[in-house]
Amino acid sequence: MYHNSTNNQQHTESQSEGRFSRPSIPSRINHERRARKVFFFITLTPIILLVGIIIALVIRTWPILEKYPLKELLLGTVWKPQKGLFGFFPFISGTLWVTLVGIIIAVPPCIFTAIYLSEYARQITRTIAKPLLDLLAAIPSVVYGVWGLVAIVPLIGNHISPFLGKYLGFIPLFSSENPTGYSILAGGIVLAVMIAPFIISIIFEVLSTVPKGVREANLALGATRWQTVHAVVLPKVIPGIGAGIVLGATRALGETMAVLMVAGNVVQVPVSIFDAAYPLPALIANNYGEMMSIPLYDAALMGAALLLLIVILLFNIISNLILKGILKRSWG
Amino acid sequence: MGLKKHWQRRHVVEAIFKYVMLISFVLVLACLGYILWTVFSKGLPSLTWAMISQTPKGGYYLGKEGGILNAILGSLYLAMGGTLLAVLIGLPIALYLQTYLRKSHWGKFIRISLDILWGIPSIVYGAFGFSVMLAVGMRSSLLGGIIVLALLELPIMVRAMDEVLQQMPKDLEHAALAIGATKLEVALKIVVRQMMSGIISAILLAFGRGIGDAASVLFTAGYTDRVPTSLTNPAASLPLAIFFQLSTPFPEVQQRAYASALVLTIIVLAVSLGSRWLSVRLSKYSIK
Repeated sequence: MYHNSTNNQQHTESQSEGRFSRPSIPSRINHERRARKVFFFITLTPIILLVGIIIALVIRTWPILEKYPLKELLLGTVWKPQKGLFGFFPFISGTLWVTLVGIIIAVPPCIFTAIYLSEYARQITRTIAKPLLDLLAAIPSVVYGVWGLVAIVPLIGNHISPFLGKYLGFIPLFSSENPTGYSILAGGIVLAVMIAPFIISIIFEVLSTVPKGVREANLALGATRWQTVHAVVLPKVIPGIGAGIVLGATRALGETMAVLMVAGNVVQVPVSIFDAAYPLPALIANNYGEMMSIPLYDAALMGAALLLLIVILLFNIISNLILKGILKRSWG
Repeated sequence: MGLKKHWQRRHVVEAIFKYVMLISFVLVLACLGYILWTVFSKGLPSLTWAMISQTPKGGYYLGKEGGILNAILGSLYLAMGGTLLAVLIGLPIALYLQTYLRKSHWGKFIRISLDILWGIPSIVYGAFGFSVMLAVGMRSSLLGGIIVLALLELPIMVRAMDEVLQQMPKDLEHAALAIGATKLEVALKIVVRQMMSGIISAILLAFGRGIGDAASVLFTAGYTDRVPTSLTNPAASLPLAIFFQLSTPFPEVQQRAYASALVLTIIVLAVSLGSRWLSVRLSKYSIK
């Protein structure tokens, strides 16, 4: 007590006046100023992280970019790191195949589901559907992989592939020489389910930016609901739906574990949806541990990550800008 | 004109599309049901108490005794540490975006960069994290895994928080500012309390993402049969346990992978449902 009263004049003063001992106004404002600076620097984290990731990957990829021309890396089809042959084409085409099949399977049901939830469903259906879709989005990719392995791969191997191979086998796209079921189609189906909740929620959000009055005016003229959707709502939101699908595609491009588990991982340029594929993320995940002893292997795998990153960044930025424009319109 | 509906082509089209939509909707939900059913029906028979209470004994991966306690605890440590770190960085960012930057250009720029970060796949975070760890001479460890998970969770968390904080009633903020509160006080004492339920669900969302992610911890956290006791130990994680057990050729071990997948799914479901329950619970205390 004694110590306190001698050393802290201000403190004792405010105590003697009453029960309140608040910090004085200038110190609160100092706090505010200091906090503003600290907050500002913390807020730089995302930008530093983004730039840091790009720079780190470029530096680590540099040795291989110096030694081989870009064209040879991207279009080469032979992958033999021990002999110094780094052709990424099988992996690039594998990634594109799996993503494309996934998107083709996912898009129609997703668009219809989003339209249903936004235009037709009652409020109660929406309140039930939202947490269920969130749940679908929350399931970890490894669990999707387990599902694909247990349910989808045998289904394709035992039923879909023999059936389609028998009737449509003359088309190269459906010819089945791979009896296992570990295939592009399996990867595509698993990816389609994984990105569905994501695409649905974006399209739903985009649809809800169309003003209610536009729909009501059309319905009042005697149009059916589908006519309204088809003729009035959809034309307004086509770019947004496109952006949503592209964002879904970027998710699919980078998905690692689930695809790694069901796509077969054979280094080849696939021609049929029943062929095995070896996408870029699977390449990185499978080989990163053991690349130390082989020269340039490490740079090659980092190059795979960089390639993935560049494609995803481009798609992402474009579709985000489109979506920002659309969603802003609804704010006023 | 009677009240009877004249069936025209457009009514037929309407009916067809209505059913197509309904079928799509049911199809999406059926996929969710199918996944959950697969995991439960495959995992339940081989889920035993020993599996979740023991660490792997010798020869576990050949079908001998043991459990996956190392992976369960490892995953919880990783995800909790990562989430904690992400909250420490993410909450100030969300508050700064909301109370200081609002809709300024700088704020827009930060938001776009967060959106872009959110789109970067976890394998790229993993590769980036590991190459930085190599550069500074760090080995695969719990700490490495936690840092990379925090970076992965950061954009998910901040975006969710930012969306929640936009619901903040402006009157409440203005009232506080009008009686002389500084912006910092508004952010910490008013916004955080009012929006607690939303902030908690954002944190749990990021936690769920973190605990289920495999590709980012594959190189950075490593894998071990022991429960980590310090930050420099390597740590096992559930997704990787599932993956490794599935890649063995022994059916007994694969059965355990299904059981591990069930454990992971239950954790994720519990977090997802728990966050819903908590947000209802906590929103009682906010001013409407």
